[in-house]
Parts: sequence; C-alpha cells; structure tokens
Amino acid sequence: MLEATSLRAGYGPVEVLHDVSLTARAGEITCLLGRNGAGKTSTLKALMGLLPLTSGTVTLDGEALHDLPAHEIPKRGIGYVPQGRRLFKELTVAETIEVGLMTRGEGRATREWVLDLFPRLRERLNQQAGTLSGGEQQMLATARALCLRPKVLLLDEPTEGLQPSMIELIRDVTVKMRDEGYAILLVEQRMDAILALADRAVFLETGRSVETADAARLHADPDLLHHRLGV
Amino acid sequence: MEFGPHLLLAVLEGLVTASILSLTAMGLSLVFGVMRVVNVAHGEAFMLGAVLAWWVTGLVAGHPAVGFVLAALTAPLIVGALAAASDRLVLKRLNYDPDRTIVATIGLLYIAQQTTLMTFGPDARPVEPPFNQRIALPWLERTEEGWTWFYPWGLSITSYKLFVIAAAAAILVAIWLVITRTRAGLLMRATQQDSETAQAFGIPVGTVYSVVFGIGAALAALGAVLVVPIQQAHYLMGGEPLLLSFIVVIIGGLGSLPGTVIAALLIGLSDGIISVFFSPTLAKIIATLLVAMVLVFRPQGLLGKAQT
Ligand SMILES: Nc1ncnc2c1ncn2[C@@H]1O[C@H](COP(=O)(O)OP(=O)(O)OP(=O)(O)O)[C@@H](O)[C@H]1O
Ligand SMILES: [Mg+2]
Repeated sequence: MLEATSLRAGYGPVEVLHDVSLTARAGEITCLLGRNGAGKTSTLKALMGLLPLTSGTVTLDGEALHDLPAHEIPKRGIGYVPQGRRLFKELTVAETIEVGLMTRGEGRATREWVLDLFPRLRERLNQQAGTLSGGEQQMLATARALCLRPKVLLLDEPTEGLQPSMIELIRDVTVKMRDEGYAILLVEQRMDAILALADRAVFLETGRSVETADAARLHADPDLLHHRLGV
Repeated sequence: MEFGPHLLLAVLEGLVTASILSLTAMGLSLVFGVMRVVNVAHGEAFMLGAVLAWWVTGLVAGHPAVGFVLAALTAPLIVGALAAASDRLVLKRLNYDPDRTIVATIGLLYIAQQTTLMTFGPDARPVEPPFNQRIALPWLERTEEGWTWFYPWGLSITSYKLFVIAAAAAILVAIWLVITRTRAGLLMRATQQDSETAQAFGIPVGTVYSVVFGIGAALAALGAVLVVPIQQAHYLMGGEPLLLSFIVVIIGGLGSLPGTVIAALLIGLSDGIISVFFSPTLAKIIATLLVAMVLVFRPQGLLGKAQT
C-alpha cells in the first residue's frame, strides 16, 4: 500500500502542491483526477522523489520513502509511466527494457514476461525508441515500468493521444496488473475510462486533494465527476 | 623533397595531431553530451596530465618506458579524480546551471594554472619518450625499369609517433565499446537522453555525472601523457588544446562522438598539411573560418542532431 499524507512541493520557489493526501491499495485501481494544471503530474513526480517535498510523508508498506534519494525510490518497487512517455529516445527497445530490468536486478524471466505482454515490442527490439509509433512508444513506456516487477504502478494519462484499439490494449494490461495484485495509481481524463476502471478516485483541485470517492459512489452520483472535472 | 613524399610526411604529422586532439575533444564532447556542461577548464586537465606525467617519470629510475607506463596509468587517474571531486564540490552545487557552470569552470581553470605555476614553476620541461627509433619511409617512383621503391632523404617518422596514432585509435575504440556495449555505457546514455526519467529507473544521476566529468578530464590527461614526449610540459599549455577541442566539437556536432572523431581528423590533417606547406598560423585561421562556416550553414555540426 502506497500512502501519501499532506504533501507540499513545488518547482523552485513556486509551490504547486499545497496539501495532497492519497492512498493506493494493492489489487485496486486508484484514479487521480483533476482539471488541467491541478497538479496530477506533479503529485506523481513528488511520489517518485523527483520534486523535493517541503513537508509531508510518503510510505510504501510502512517504509518511509520521502527521505530517500530519488533513484532509490523505484528500487523499493514503484514503476512509473510518465506523462508524454518520456522514453530514452536514442536507446533501442532492447536497451530500454534492459534499463528497466537493471533497476531492481530483474532477469530473463521478467524480460520474457514483459515481451509476451507486448509482442509488438519483440518484433522491434533493435529499433530506436524515438522512431516507434505513438502506440508502440506507450507500450514501451509501460513495459519499461513493468520490468521492475513493481508493487505499485503509477500511470500518467497512458492513453493520451492513442487510437481506440491501442487504448483497449493499455486498459487490458492495466486491469490485468490490478488483478495480479498490483496497486495502481492512474491519472485519467476520460469519463468512460474512469467509470470502467476506478475502484476509488481522488480528486485534486489546485494542488489540494479535496475528496475521495469509491466506485459505488462514482456510479451512483454521475454529477460528482461532472462537477469536479468541470465537463 | 618532392611533392608526394612531402605530402605523406605532412599527413603523418597531421595524424599525430589528430590523434591527440580526438582524445581531448572526445572528453569535452562526452561531458557536454551527457551533462550539458561546457567545461572551460578542459584544457587544464590536459595541462595537469602533462605536468603529472613529467613528475611521475622523474620519480622512477631506469628505462624511460617504465616511467612512461606509470605516468600513463596514474596521471589520467589523478586528473580524473580531481575532476570528479570538483564536480561534486562545485558543479553539483550550481545545479549544472549552464551560465554558472561556465563561470565556475573558468575559476577552476585559473586555480589549476596558478597552482601549477607555484609548484611546477614557469619552465617547460621535457619527458623522454619510451622508445624513439627513426623509421625511414619508402616511396614509389617510376623509373626505366617500371615502379621501384626507394627511400627519399628526409622522409621518416619516429616509432613513438606511430605508437601515438595506434594508441589513440585503440583508446577511441575502447571508449566506443564501453559506451555502446556495456551497462555503464547504457546508464550514461539513458542519463544523457532524460536525466529525470533516468532517476525514476534507479539510475544515480549524480554519480553518473561525477564519473563522466572524471572520464572527460582523464581522456584529456591521457592525450597529454601521449604528447609530452613530443611537446614539453608547461603550465600554459592548456589553451591551444581547449580552443582546438571546441573547434572540433562544434564542427563535429555537440555531443556526437563519431562527429568528434571525424572533425578531429579533419582539423588535425589540415593543420598538419597546411603547416608543412604554408604556415601554422594559416592552419589556425582556416580552422577558425571553418567553425564560422559550420555555425552559419550547419549550426548543429556535421553529425549533430538538429534539435536537442
Ligand atoms: N517544470 C515546471 N516548472 C514550473 N511550474 C510547473 C512545472 N511543471 C508544472 N508546473 C506547474 O504546476 C502546476 C501543476 O502542473 P501539473 O503538470 O502537475 O498539472 P496536471 O494536473 O498534470 O495537468 P494536465 O492535466 O495538463 O497534465 C501547473 O500550474 C503548472 O504550470
Ligand atoms: Mg499532467
């Protein structure tokens, strides 16, 4: 279980997260929701140690992560799929997967498992990441994070700009990981996806977590989403 | 000497220059490529390498080769360690801000120069080459009996200069293999592509930076160890390699390693040839003009990417 309490963080002197608390439980998809600029990406970066916290705590199964150096945090078992994919553009698919495997010392078995999840990548092992199609890039970004065999998966708008069949594939993998017991924290904008996937939702408004709702409530009260997301 | 043999001689001298230059420029290019730091103190790593080589060879008696091998092993190591330490103590604390790192490395340049002046002194000092046979080179000429080999007077090179060319080529191949084929190289390239995401995959970016800064300086020092048996060690000798390395890195494309080698060959060979037939000053003028042309017509350099 990944737990964040009262996070405050920002870019240089500008504070963008004022008070964010959330919990991502094993075997559940927790959606992090909010309008553009609410601080969803910044929250994930703060969890990864990429934004320095001014206060607040982050724990994974009871272990404090907030005072570890950023590169130690993924080693505790957090896989991160950043917004915009952020691939190492000039590395090949094989090299990118190698980087993911090295993070937690995973080996051949994990490599095969990830390539079986995304067979398209297996056909393109020697292609540079930057030359892959958008959908393939998203597969690679997801594969790179899964190479850690993480306990927690952070996904930042994984289906942004993809065609329906690709969205379906990414969604299937997300659900599969949830069913295997991963804790998933998903940033998602599209209504149908939120309603179909979320076991729980955390709403952010200008750097504050203002409300948490479970799936039952999301379905029972459709206005909640409309009201909170302004759509 | 006739034109043909004369040209061969100029090409060989140019290759020696190109060899040293490609090592030095490779260090600068690597540091810029991975860290986006313009290291103005790079020439001083070269100078320190030369001065340390002089000092180390003076410590051991016996055959000059013993001292030379010792210098080749220790001087780059010491200079690399000094550079890694200055990365930790200075550049890291500036958050690698582009403007401030330039000013900081100018500071490092003066510290290195003045410390050397106060300890090593203002004199130029020679290092004895480990071996130095003169090798006469043959030339082909057409006579009445057809093509025949002969040895034109003055067409020769020393075994040490040939060794410099071979050693530099071997080192460059080794660097290339490390960067493209090893895990350490993979960490460096991932850091170069996206340092923030690299951290999210467990790569200790701070350590990678220190190591890369150290390797960059060590390469300059290695070039200097190779050059001191040809050119004496002096506390102001860092200026020219710095200028030429910048020229090479700009022409080759910032951060492109193959581009760096090609540009070093271009600059080294043209320097050798123009110096032999005309004058060394003309060679420098043409090299600088070439940089201006590259900046105007292909700002990203020969093999650089359009945007980074
Ligand atoms: N590198 C940065 N430097 C300064 N401010 C930033 C930086 N990145 C984001 N911000 C600011 O932080 C705030 C939150 O941005 P963030 O990217 O976390 O929002 P988001 O909820 O992910 O939005 P979106 O839905 O558009 O992805 C915004 O006001 C943004 O301008
Ligand atoms: Mg975002």
